Amino acid sequence: MSSEDGPQAPTGGDGAAGTDGGPADHGGTSTNRKGSRLDGQPLEYAPAPESRSVVRLREAYDPFIDGEFAPAKSGGHLTTADPSDEEPLARVAVCGEADVDRAMAAARRAYDTVWRDLPGAERGKYLFRIARILQERAREIAVLETLDNGKPIKETRDFDVPMAAAHFFYHAGWADKLAYAGMGPDPRPVGVCAQVVPWNFPLLMLAWKIAPALAAGNTAVLKPAETTPLSALLFAEVCQEAELPPGVVNIVTGDGETGRLLVTHPGADKVAFTGSTEVGRGIARALAGTGRRLTLELGGKGANIVYDDAALDQAVEGVVNGVFFNQGHVCCAGSRLLVQESVAEEFLERLRARMALLRLGDPLDKNTDIGAVNSAAQLERIRALAETGRAEGAEAWSPPCTLPERGHWFPPTVFTGVTQAHRVAREEIFGPVLSVLTFRTPEEAVAKANNTPYGLSAGVWTEKGSRMLWTAERLRAGVVWSNTFNRFDPASPFGGYKESGYGREGGRHGLEAYLA
Amino acid sequence: MPEHRHEGAEAPRVAVRKTHKLYIGGAFPRSESGRSYPVASADGEHLANAGMASRKDARDAVAAARKAFPGWAGRTAYNRGQVLYRAAEMMEGRRAQFAAELAAATGAGRPEAEREVSAAIDRWVYYAGWTDKAAQVLGGTNPVSGPYDNRSAPEPTGVVAVLAPQEAPLLGLVSVLAPVVAMGNTAVLAASERAPLPAVALAEVLATSDLPGGVANILTGRTAELAPPLAAHADVNALDLAGAGELAAELEEAAAETLKRVLRPDPAVEWEADPGLSRIRPFLETKTVWHPVGT
Repeated sequence: MSSEDGPQAPTGGDGAAGTDGGPADHGGTSTNRKGSRLDGQPLEYAPAPESRSVVRLREAYDPFIDGEFAPAKSGGHLTTADPSDEEPLARVAVCGEADVDRAMAAARRAYDTVWRDLPGAERGKYLFRIARILQERAREIAVLETLDNGKPIKETRDFDVPMAAAHFFYHAGWADKLAYAGMGPDPRPVGVCAQVVPWNFPLLMLAWKIAPALAAGNTAVLKPAETTPLSALLFAEVCQEAELPPGVVNIVTGDGETGRLLVTHPGADKVAFTGSTEVGRGIARALAGTGRRLTLELGGKGANIVYDDAALDQAVEGVVNGVFFNQGHVCCAGSRLLVQESVAEEFLERLRARMALLRLGDPLDKNTDIGAVNSAAQLERIRALAETGRAEGAEAWSPPCTLPERGHWFPPTVFTGVTQAHRVAREEIFGPVLSVLTFRTPEEAVAKANNTPYGLSAGVWTEKGSRMLWTAERLRAGVVWSNTFNRFDPASPFGGYKESGYGREGGRHGLEAYLA
Repeated sequence: MPEHRHEGAEAPRVAVRKTHKLYIGGAFPRSESGRSYPVASADGEHLANAGMASRKDARDAVAAARKAFPGWAGRTAYNRGQVLYRAAEMMEGRRAQFAAELAAATGAGRPEAEREVSAAIDRWVYYAGWTDKAAQVLGGTNPVSGPYDNRSAPEPTGVVAVLAPQEAPLLGLVSVLAPVVAMGNTAVLAASERAPLPAVALAEVLATSDLPGGVANILTGRTAELAPPLAAHADVNALDLAGAGELAAELEEAAAETLKRVLRPDPAVEWEADPGLSRIRPFLETKTVWHPVGT
């Protein structure tokens, strides 16, 4: 790979057909050694913390409207904290109606007077500038994201930030080629976009929303999540540095009420939301009959199917990556393992051994695999569902693992003895919790995998090509990873079937939502 | 038994009338409710009694459509194209019937009715041709940054509830049904409430076109009665509101509960115009499959 190559999820798990064997920073696992793996490491890792000095936090942040940071009229504030130690990071405005109105008006003005009619090639150059600045300031952004979110620096550094930059770089090139997007010879932008993103990949989800919107000639008002607003505000600085015309991108911070004001704002031509299925339903209801366009990227309960002929060690890597990447705060997480009965015992033994090597702790430590849970509220949800799993008769196992005393932490956990009726097999946990079910035939595997109202992602592990294709064809999911998991690319459409939402993000397909 | 028989004179033949029934799961049942409703011509003349489907009939139709979905979606695109073309052939053979029913329903003159019948037949042919082309037009290989094969292809979304347009009871009807089933979805269609008879005739065409039972289910009755349970049904994946009229907003709201794909009605729709992919795309899902590349 050259230095310009795209990023990949850091804990790779490719099948035997792959040659890359995953990135070098796999966590140093050797799955070839037998028996001794649970007996402790011969060598201990020394702490390798990334320096915080690259980030200059301000005490308080104003929303970014019409090209400027100015105090919110609402006067309200919230405090965002580091989830790994609960130390406050900064105060951030809670935007109210007047602020959202002002942002929407700025976006409309920018759309009508500047952005819509700017030649595509020139629009594209702004996006190229943004991509480059994100690359230049990558370390700073990665550290900030880890501070605000709690995810390991390894992930923000190698995945979130480079992938966000890649999204801008990819979409920049579309801006003057929209006639080839499959929406007719002269596609038009939709207008002003109201966009709300979640806390699990704060900057990356922003990039997924803003890059295609701007490339297609729309303007945007985006609200970052209540608990992770800082990278979006830093992105606003990037827009200033790129000299993006005022009003093309506006960032309003706040809570759920700010989000509600934004997505129901009558000035929005298009609404895009990534988050929970419950909130997505509410937005779809609120927009019914308005004629405004809507795309939703919602929850999931992805199944990872491991056939008896799979390359087991690689499948173990993939399953671990599938559910423990980003502490399991991933809508497309492979949170259900469906393993063929004949290899289940052996597979689980190897899985537990691999889990025992996961390093949980300081998110800024470059060796950390599992960081902090983003908020106390999310930790409470994970705990409650895990407790339900135990109460319903499933058996929980976690590797020996000392949780830090401060902050929000949950150990990687695997549930066995799970049936399809168990809540841990049905509901999205959004945490590092894997539910294990078994199957005997491919038909049973597919039936169980599809037995969910969700349909975002699924995984297949087999060395037999025809079986992989047969399975992939029958899985009712928008993304199927075979002999790999949690791979993303700006050129690859992402989005769900059924109650995982509608619309795609990425690739030519992702532009459809932003073109009329 | 007639009491007075005229020697040597033939009795005038009494026509055999058709009972207008529903079309569910490949069979022609009456409404389980036992209800029917009178259908009048454009001039107000009584034409027939049509079945008045109930909520239960709508649910039965959804169950039939769900059952038929894997088989129909699993057919080759080429095979689906042949079946749709067969529907065009069957309609062509019944031109006179369709033209007469259409003329009676809409008050159109015979030449105008003939033109609409032709357009409806041609629409089946049009969509028969799309079945094995849309995936290439809408899908493709994605050049991802890494050693992966990465492809996206469209798949049918599942069971689609279709409210056929209240006007244009034949061309509009075919225009909303054909694109849904062409790509492998199965359909539960509520026919035009005022002019349902062409839909019943179309069901008879479909029943003889090798379309598997349950792929297209056709209900006649009150749109306001049938649409809400279909919009709220948890086993319906998508909703075409073409004939929803003033119900559109509340049906869209009901559909939000299960995050259905909703095709909103287009007040400016012209059924004669080339539809392109406009009615195919809303009922497709894009599936992206990744696989590592290596030796």
